Order: sequence, then C-alpha cells, then structure tokens
Amino acid sequence: MSTSALIELKRVSKSYRKGKIVIPIFEDLDFALSPGEFIAVMGPSGSGKTTLLNLLGGVDRPTSGEIRFGGKRIDNLSESRLAAWRARNVGFIFQFYNLLPMLNAARNVELPLLLTRLSRRKRRENVAAALEIVGIGDRARHSPSEMSGGQQQRVAIARAIVSDPKMLLADEPTGDLDRDSANEILTVLQQLNRDFGKTIVMVTHDPEAAKYARRILHLDKGRFVEAELAS
Amino acid sequence: MTTPGLMWKNVWRHKLRTILTIVSILIAFLIFGVLRSFDHALHAGVDLAAADRLVVVNRINFTVSLPYAYVNKIAAVDGVKKVTFANWFGAYWQEPRNQLAAFAVDPESWLESYPEMVVDPEDRSRFLANRTGALVGANLAQRFGWKKGDRIPLPSTIWSKPDGSKVWEITIEGIFTAADERSDTTYLIFHHDYFNEARAFAKDTVGWIVVTTTSHERNSEVARAIDDMFFNSAHQTKTDTEKAFSAAFIKQIGNIGLIITSVVGAAFFTILVITGTTMALAIRERTGEIAVLKTIGFTGKRVFALVLGESFFLALLGGIPGLLLAAGLIAGVRATLAGVLPTMVFSGQTIVEGLAVIVLLALVTGILPAANALRLNISAGLARG
Repeated sequence: MSTSALIELKRVSKSYRKGKIVIPIFEDLDFALSPGEFIAVMGPSGSGKTTLLNLLGGVDRPTSGEIRFGGKRIDNLSESRLAAWRARNVGFIFQFYNLLPMLNAARNVELPLLLTRLSRRKRRENVAAALEIVGIGDRARHSPSEMSGGQQQRVAIARAIVSDPKMLLADEPTGDLDRDSANEILTVLQQLNRDFGKTIVMVTHDPEAAKYARRILHLDKGRFVEAELAS
Repeated sequence: MTTPGLMWKNVWRHKLRTILTIVSILIAFLIFGVLRSFDHALHAGVDLAAADRLVVVNRINFTVSLPYAYVNKIAAVDGVKKVTFANWFGAYWQEPRNQLAAFAVDPESWLESYPEMVVDPEDRSRFLANRTGALVGANLAQRFGWKKGDRIPLPSTIWSKPDGSKVWEITIEGIFTAADERSDTTYLIFHHDYFNEARAFAKDTVGWIVVTTTSHERNSEVARAIDDMFFNSAHQTKTDTEKAFSAAFIKQIGNIGLIITSVVGAAFFTILVITGTTMALAIRERTGEIAVLKTIGFTGKRVFALVLGESFFLALLGGIPGLLLAAGLIAGVRATLAGVLPTMVFSGQTIVEGLAVIVLLALVTGILPAANALRLNISAGLARG
C-alpha cells in the first residue's frame, strides 16, 4: 500500500441488500488519494459516486476490503471512534447545504466545535475565521432563511472547515445554485485546496464545475473508467 | 453555544406547537398538584396519626355516645398507658354557616395524650385552672380573629342546657400550634366537666375514648381486650388504631383515592399522547438534520441525549409552572377551605411526586424518538432528508 496516500481504498467491495436482492456497487475497487489533491468525480446516476464519498468519509462501511487514512485502518473502528475520526479529519459539504434553520450562520458553523474541548472564546475565534475565509464574515448573525443559496453554501463550507480537517468531501456542492453562485463556491473550494492545502473530493454532474478540480475521475458501474487532468 | 443551548433551540423551532404542548402539560400538572394536595389533606390525619394511639367508639356508630364509666375500666386494661376522651360539640361562630370543630375534653389527660399540640406552659396552666377556659388552634384563631383573653359565647347545633340555651361561654386561655405544618390547628378544646354539667341530656357520656398503649406492638391485643370487655354490654365498642379510624372516616366520603387517580390518570394519558406525538413528529421531520449531525461527528449517544434533552425541556417547561400554579392556587384557597380541609397545603411530598412525574413523562415521551435517532443510519437519513 502506498505510504504517501492520505486515504486509500484497497480491494473494497460494497453492496446493498434490498429484500432478497443484493445490489453490488463496487467490487474490488482500489483507489488512493494523495494529500493536497482536488479531484472531481463524475459519472451517471447510480454509478456509485455518493457511495464512494460515504466510504471515504466513514459514513458507510465496505462489505469487504480495507480503508486506510494516514496509513491506519478506519473501516473497522467502532461507531463512536469513527464519529470522532470524522469530526477530526473530514469536512462534509452537501448539495442542499443542510444548515439547521433555527441557528444563525455563526452557530451553524460552531456545531462541529461542540464536539471539541475548545473554550467558548476560542470557538468564536475559529468560527469568525472560517466565515472570513469563505467571504461571509458580515453574515454571521443571519439565519439561513435570510441568505441566498450561495451564501448558505458558503456557511456550509465554513462549517466543514472550522475544525480544520485534512479532507473535504463535497456532494454536488453547486447542484442547487445558479452559474454565478456556483462559480463563486467553486472558487472558494479551489482557494481552500491551493492556499490551505485541503484535500478535496467533489462529486458533480456538471463538467464546468469539474474543471475547477486538478483531476477528474469518471465512475461508471462501480469502476473508474477514465481519468483526465482538468484544464 | 452549548449542547443544552442546541436542545433549547430545537424545542422552540415550532413556537406555536411548543407553546400548545407546554400549556397542555401545564394544565395536567396543575390538576395533578391540586388533586394530590387534596388527597394529602384528606389523608393528613391518617399520615400523622400516632402509632400507639387507639380510638374506642360505639360499635353502632361513632356518633353514638359511650358511658363515662368506660374510661376508668379501659384505663385498667393491661397494656394501656394513658386514657382520655372527648365529645363532639357541634359548634359554630355567630351564624350556623360558620361551623367549627370544638371538642369537650378532659384537659389534663388530653394534653398528655396529644404531645404534638404545642402550647405555651403558662397558657397551659391557665387553661387547666379555669373550668371555662379553652385552647384554640392557631388557624381557627386566625380565621375568626380571636386572641388570648377573649371571652366568647360558643353555640352548639347539638347540645342544649336545661333552660333551652345552647350557648356555652368560654375564655380563650391560649393559642396552640403544631410542629408539623400539615397538623390540624383549626379546632378548639374546652373542659368536658363544664360542658357535661350544663347539658340537658346524655349526661356522663363521652363521644369517643382515646387510648395510648404502652407499645404499638400491643395495639391489637389491647384493642381486642377492650372490645371483649364490653361485648355483652348495652354499649359494645369498636376499637381501632387512630390511623385506621381516620382512614375509615375518610372512606365514608367515598373512594376519593380512586376518583383522584382516575382524573389524574386521564389527564396524564392525554398528555402522554400529545407530548409523545409532538416529540415523534419533531424528530421525524428532522431525520435529515440528525443524519447531518451524525455525519459531522455527533455520536449516536450524543444525538440520543440531544433528543431526550428536548423531551426533558418540554416536560420541565410545562410541569414546573403547572406545579407552581397549583401551589399558588392551594395557597389562595387555603383560607377559604380552612373550615372543610384545614390541612390543605402544597406539601414537599407533592413537589417530589410532581418532579418524579415530570421525569417519567420526559422519559416515556422521549425515549422512543431518541432511540430512533440513535439507530438512524446516516446514509439512509441523508437520502430521506
């Protein structure tokens, strides 16, 4: 196994059971991601893009095979240890932002920090810094309903980076945005990769969005069929 | 923000629904607080009854008198430590609607038998020395504005004198209190001799006899000996512990316990359904959010606590004000009910019971949604959300 990989899938199989029918998603899939990469994963619906993100993020477990992060296996961790690993190492960005509607932007961003031992003051500092990085520092006290889609996605990105994880996983982060807002969000992701060294895996259907990544992978029927460098 | 802060925010995300649920819980706890206080008031005599005191009444009915001679005969029974007696006077103040409890008693033996009556030693001496003297309970004195030294005409609805008068004049020699707040201080006692000598009928009889045994372990034996002694007489007796006597007295009103349990039970069943549905709905609506929390690192246990905490907040927000309102209501009507339910107080026992029910309500209504949140599969939750 590669010692330099940040995260590595080794002979990973994943299938789902629907009643008596077993639906295979991956079979013996090998995949490695180096630190600092920004890849876009494209492919038709049902190709396994979201399942790949769930496996990389420790949200789901493989049916067989190994997943290693920084050389250590994570697929065999207990639920609580896996949750703690996710909190430390992974930031998640969703298509529909998934902010809590009753919390303002700052409090939404603060959520992952409730799992840490940071003081209230330190948490506030980190929240302010994260909001500034995504360019929405002036909207800290606004609730999600008072913000546009693009602004809400920025808050979601701030929430993903506030605990300084090594890896960001974005599932169709621009799928619900207009072109201009989408470009702004993609620029923020590029900046996080370039300036802050975040390793990013972005699932997208949008070829324009994929161009912001350094590398584009195509997934079809559970296999990587083509890889290309983004322009 | 803190985890409890997050729970609090979740509670208030649907303000109208939360307020309606809280009001329902509040009403249930108001009913609970008032009815439990009522029940405790009825049973205060039972709860506070001395373990070593027996009450001897006529087997026909406790309103039928017993011969005075029984007092000395009972005093000679093995296992009897003290004996005293009383007559119900049927008193009222100024107008028949102002009824009050007044007992004609043997002063010295009565005070010895009821050490829970707190009397100033000087007042006690004056009361014992004055044949027309009386000791008045603090609540009764407060009710009619009586004070030490007052000389008052006390009319009876039962007893009369040979000249047709129904009034005995008494002098208040002291005001007695009680160590326990729930003890009755809404009655007065005066000398049996003074009452007996002046009444026109049923002379030399007593209403009931109070026996203090040498040990509560001998209660049954002593009671049996007393009842056996008068078995073949014209006035058979029925001897019970003071506790059993008080309980039997309450039973005459009806099965109050069953009525109260039924009402409180119905109220809480309704609340259980309302709060349970509210919690289940609230969590079902937030499946996606719970999945997100788990995704960003919240453990199942933490999410479980988060949901259960919401349930506790709801129960506390309705339950505590409900109990406070009940306490206020009881305090407000206490003076009005003093003549009927002198021991009606919102006691510490009711508070403890109320808090226990709050905890139970929170657990019962919150445990299922919390368990569902704990078990929620993240990817399935995200797909549904």
